[in-house]
Amino acid sequence: MAASTLVRLSPVDLVIIVLYFALVLAIGVYLKERANTGEDFFMAGREMTAWVAGLAFLSANLGSLELMGWAGNAYKYGILAAHWYWIGAIPAMLFLALVMIPFYHICKTHSVPGYLKLRYGEPSRALSAISFGFMTVLMSGINMYAMAVVMRVVLGWDIHFSIWVSSITVAIYVALGGLRSAIFNEVLQFFLIWAGALLIPILGLVEAGGWSGLQAKILHNLTELNVPNPGAYTHMWSTLGDFGNNPMGINWVGIVFGLGAVISMGYWTTDFLVVQRILSAKDLRSAKLAPIIGAAFKMMVPFIVILPGLLGLALLRDPHTGSLLRLVPGDLAWSDAGRAQGLHGYDEVLPLMLARYCGPGLLGLGVTALIAGFMSGMAGNVSAFATVWTYDIYGALINKNASDESKVKMGRWCTLLGVVVSIGTAYLVMHAQSIMDYVQALFSFFIAPLFGTVLIGMLWKRATPAGGFLGLLAGTMSSVGMYTWVKLDPGAVKYVALSMQAQDQAQNMFRALWCGLICAAVTILVSLVTKPKPDAELTGLVYGLTTIPHEEHASIFHRPLFWGAVVALGFVILNVIFW
Amino acid sequence: MKSGGSLSIWFFIGVSLLVNGTLIFATGIYEIVSPPANRVVLYGLHANIWWGGVLLVLGALYCWRFSPARERKRLAENS
Repeated sequence: MAASTLVRLSPVDLVIIVLYFALVLAIGVYLKERANTGEDFFMAGREMTAWVAGLAFLSANLGSLELMGWAGNAYKYGILAAHWYWIGAIPAMLFLALVMIPFYHICKTHSVPGYLKLRYGEPSRALSAISFGFMTVLMSGINMYAMAVVMRVVLGWDIHFSIWVSSITVAIYVALGGLRSAIFNEVLQFFLIWAGALLIPILGLVEAGGWSGLQAKILHNLTELNVPNPGAYTHMWSTLGDFGNNPMGINWVGIVFGLGAVISMGYWTTDFLVVQRILSAKDLRSAKLAPIIGAAFKMMVPFIVILPGLLGLALLRDPHTGSLLRLVPGDLAWSDAGRAQGLHGYDEVLPLMLARYCGPGLLGLGVTALIAGFMSGMAGNVSAFATVWTYDIYGALINKNASDESKVKMGRWCTLLGVVVSIGTAYLVMHAQSIMDYVQALFSFFIAPLFGTVLIGMLWKRATPAGGFLGLLAGTMSSVGMYTWVKLDPGAVKYVALSMQAQDQAQNMFRALWCGLICAAVTILVSLVTKPKPDAELTGLVYGLTTIPHEEHASIFHRPLFWGAVVALGFVILNVIFW
Repeated sequence: MKSGGSLSIWFFIGVSLLVNGTLIFATGIYEIVSPPANRVVLYGLHANIWWGGVLLVLGALYCWRFSPARERKRLAENS
């Protein structure tokens, strides 16, 4: 244990944490008997209800640093960070539910690369599967390392202890029970995350004097610190007319088109980590309702993530001097010099608020929520990796005649392999932290083009195998090219992101926008000059050639479209309230 | 949603909430009897008592509603 930590756990806190680990392992052991076939192990038997699939869909996204990282971003950028939960998620989740799910569900694919194989052919699947498989486990390792660092700072836990205990637990319960075990634990983790984190905003708002009191305190504190345009920290849209008016250095074009129309669409509709949960639904109606249920809860996540960050801006003071506590970037705070000065990183804002309000018992539940977030994200990564590796790499490229039994065996080994590679990546990052930036950028290269390729494939029957493959390749390469250009010549940011003031997040938005457009343009142009697949081969895969069951017989309260409209209305109201 | 035998995922969640709620609620009661030296902000609201109580009640409801006995009975009626 380190000499000085942010929080100190009491025996009852440790009991709560140990019980959590025991329960997730017990679920894995209990479900082992239901993971004997490929459909059971990789698809959870395709028998999940809308609620289970929807909550797992959301929980898999509440990954390791989702809670602490976005609370830190809220402290750094203000309420603008909530865009990643609202326009950066809700439209995409509703689009997935109402437009794309029927095609995924009807063609009975095991994965998103599997859909590309059916729609475009083997080359597109291979490119997508290999990039997804490796990037997923690398990202899992990076998140694991980042989480272990925070655990060391917050709890004083040894970094190796955090990495090994949490990853071995995930490996055991996913390898035993497959996707069903991962999903069951994700639903449990979803409840624990809310139970552990919800108290912070409630008590924070009591202390701050409600939303208006919070706004006034933030304005007062940031004015005292001479932060330019402090009002931008509590308004979502009114400062997005110009790049220089807000702390993120972004304008509404980047948020609406880069984030809302490309990045979030790419992530929520084609990232197999989340889509796999929906594919496990028992029927089409459940599959369509699941993302809508996920969207409804996603809209509320800012309450436990963004609000604590804002409360940190308003309420945190140095306990010794009484002056405002100013958090700093993590690499500065967690350096030897930073720790000697007692600095705190942005990502520590949530644990700081946790320590502020939560005594024994509640603290254990709060820490359990952080660990649950990490484990649900990691389980999502390794179960998705195991499926893509087994079906789209091993079964497609290495052993085309693999039996169902050997696929299940391979899936269990892949789960362990995924965890081992993740651990290896975590140790690699520990010794060369710059790798973290490159791998994160690498992951982003594939998201936007993949969305363009899948969407055009679903909606336009004229798209050809050559068009799909070359569009995906061109989109990815253009993203790599823009990233490299800005790295070599920082002045290029004024062309890529339209402003020299664009910060990292803004650059990501615009890079995604351009490479998504390039992917679409290349796919369409190449398709127009190459031979399309015959209609018979596209049945069940493309709009116009797929019979989608109608829902006229169902009452309005059973129709996904109705609930999608309700969620969309809530989304509009929230944006207007916090305009 | 059923698992391997007759246990529902919601039953597991009920058990977790019930146990955590009981521990937190009991800790809150103990803190009233024996107040800690270092108190958290808003200690006077005794959040661990009412939040622990909420979790306890919710967990108990889930455990009752999705208990293995009730689930078996429901399955028998449906089949």
